[in-house]
Amino acid sequence: MKYKTFRKGLSLPFVVFLLLFVLIPIFFIVFYAFSDADGNFSMSAIVDFFTSTTKLNVLLVSLLIGIFNTVLCLLISFPLAYILANPKFNKNYVLVMLFVMPMWINFVLRTGALRELLSIVLKWFGTTTGQHPLFCTMVGMVLNYIPFTILPLYSTMLKLDNSQIEAAKDLGCNPLKTFTKSIIPQAMPGIVSAAMMVFMPTISSYVISDTLSEGKIMLFGNSIYLSFSNSDWNSGSFMSLIMLIIIFVSMFATKKFQRESEKGGAAW
Amino acid sequence: MVKKKVFAYIYVYLILLIIYLPIFYLIAYSFTDSRITGQWTGFSFELYKDLFSNKEILVALGNTLILASISALLSTVIGTLGAIGIYYCRKGFRTLVENINQIPVVNAEIVMAMSLTVMFVFVGQHFFGGESIFSFWTLLAGHCVLAVPFVYLNVKPKLVQMDPALYEASLDLGCSPTKAIHKVVIPQIIPGILSGLLLSFTLSLDDFIVTAFTRGSGLLSGQSQIETLSTLVQAKIKKGTVPPEMRALTTIIFLIVLVIVVSYSIYVNVQAKKSRTLLGSGHKRRRAS
Repeated sequence: MKYKTFRKGLSLPFVVFLLLFVLIPIFFIVFYAFSDADGNFSMSAIVDFFTSTTKLNVLLVSLLIGIFNTVLCLLISFPLAYILANPKFNKNYVLVMLFVMPMWINFVLRTGALRELLSIVLKWFGTTTGQHPLFCTMVGMVLNYIPFTILPLYSTMLKLDNSQIEAAKDLGCNPLKTFTKSIIPQAMPGIVSAAMMVFMPTISSYVISDTLSEGKIMLFGNSIYLSFSNSDWNSGSFMSLIMLIIIFVSMFATKKFQRESEKGGAAW
Repeated sequence: MVKKKVFAYIYVYLILLIIYLPIFYLIAYSFTDSRITGQWTGFSFELYKDLFSNKEILVALGNTLILASISALLSTVIGTLGAIGIYYCRKGFRTLVENINQIPVVNAEIVMAMSLTVMFVFVGQHFFGGESIFSFWTLLAGHCVLAVPFVYLNVKPKLVQMDPALYEASLDLGCSPTKAIHKVVIPQIIPGILSGLLLSFTLSLDDFIVTAFTRGSGLLSGQSQIETLSTLVQAKIKKGTVPPEMRALTTIIFLIVLVIVVSYSIYVNVQAKKSRTLLGSGHKRRRAS
């Protein structure tokens, strides 16, 4: 009995740590979101947010850029992961490592490097980075998040059931139908987790949009950062709370989805 | 088929090239002494010399490495012990803790950073008489929040794979609980611990948001705010271009990462070959008997 409490006790620092630095801070966000600068209960942060067209605009633009970036990354990474995981094309894990390697070089530095490169390229076309903030931001987002989408897609592609794909072909599916009826459903868990890896970080990103759009595109992350630099804890907390809600909603939606796909797998 | 293969290779290497282009661009311009990129003023190692006399960058580099080492070690200890302890807890409690552990994994970094910051502000206002408590310690806490959940997630699968009877056996054979954990459990989960350690280290190295939110004064920065590479570069590129010395640093970081990746790949290949030959000899033996 004593032994059992001892080994359970090992988790004490971990549990205390999670309570102190994960759970309690979230309560503080809720507390600050619903109070004013003096700490009294107030709905001013909420009223401010929903009456300010700029802030609502920021939310809308962030969601659109988030969706756009997710779709672009998936479109680029899907064939890439398929090729990398297909033994007909690639047997070498090193190639996959090469796609992940840039993640180990400081991403602020990479973003700065990209801006310098883009400004040179755009100079050839006679414009500057400041004149095309959306284009530059999207290039930065896609380049930064491709590695994050490749990994989950690659690991599901490794598990693709080739006999099912061949069966679909033998039973008269054309390549397009094989793709939509067999490959996509099988890769769905990977697609969903890849999308999650891109969508949320894009909305809440600060450095990429701030650097590459020269401060012209405000995403939700930039907005939160701005209230942090102004020490405006209340509206910052409220916006963080909105982010949290978006995260939990998308988590819930995808969880249900993934469970369905698992069920489908079990039925087979 | 051959045509398909060529297309596939062109596609893969084209994307790879585009991803690496910004880094290669900086590296190429690290071998000239031009203050701005895009202007080649002859080959030189001047920037490398400048790098090692640039105190600002060296301090930031030192801070980054110290912070990453301490936070990685601390996170690995907390996360590993936590995983071992939670593994032996009741299922209900385990599910609860695992759900809380999942919050920082799925949460946006900026929300985490903001939540920690408002808590630190609150604690400073109400328990420290209005003084700011932002320091190295708050920064360390922030980086541990980034890393601990991932350590837990790396160690836990190894615990599940472990044979639970071994721990009981070691207790029956006279090990003290501490010794049993040390001699029996830890050796079996060491791959998970190491990958957790590596992941924590890289998470800390690459972090900008949490650092910017939770830092205070301390470390090599002394009385001024702690600068890490991320915050320093961000402050510089907000005003202008990437500092020329940073280009030299990029080359050095790239080479180090390259060496690690290449040696890791060789290690994996050798390991794979070894297991293949082991399997092969096993077959032979079976056939011989």
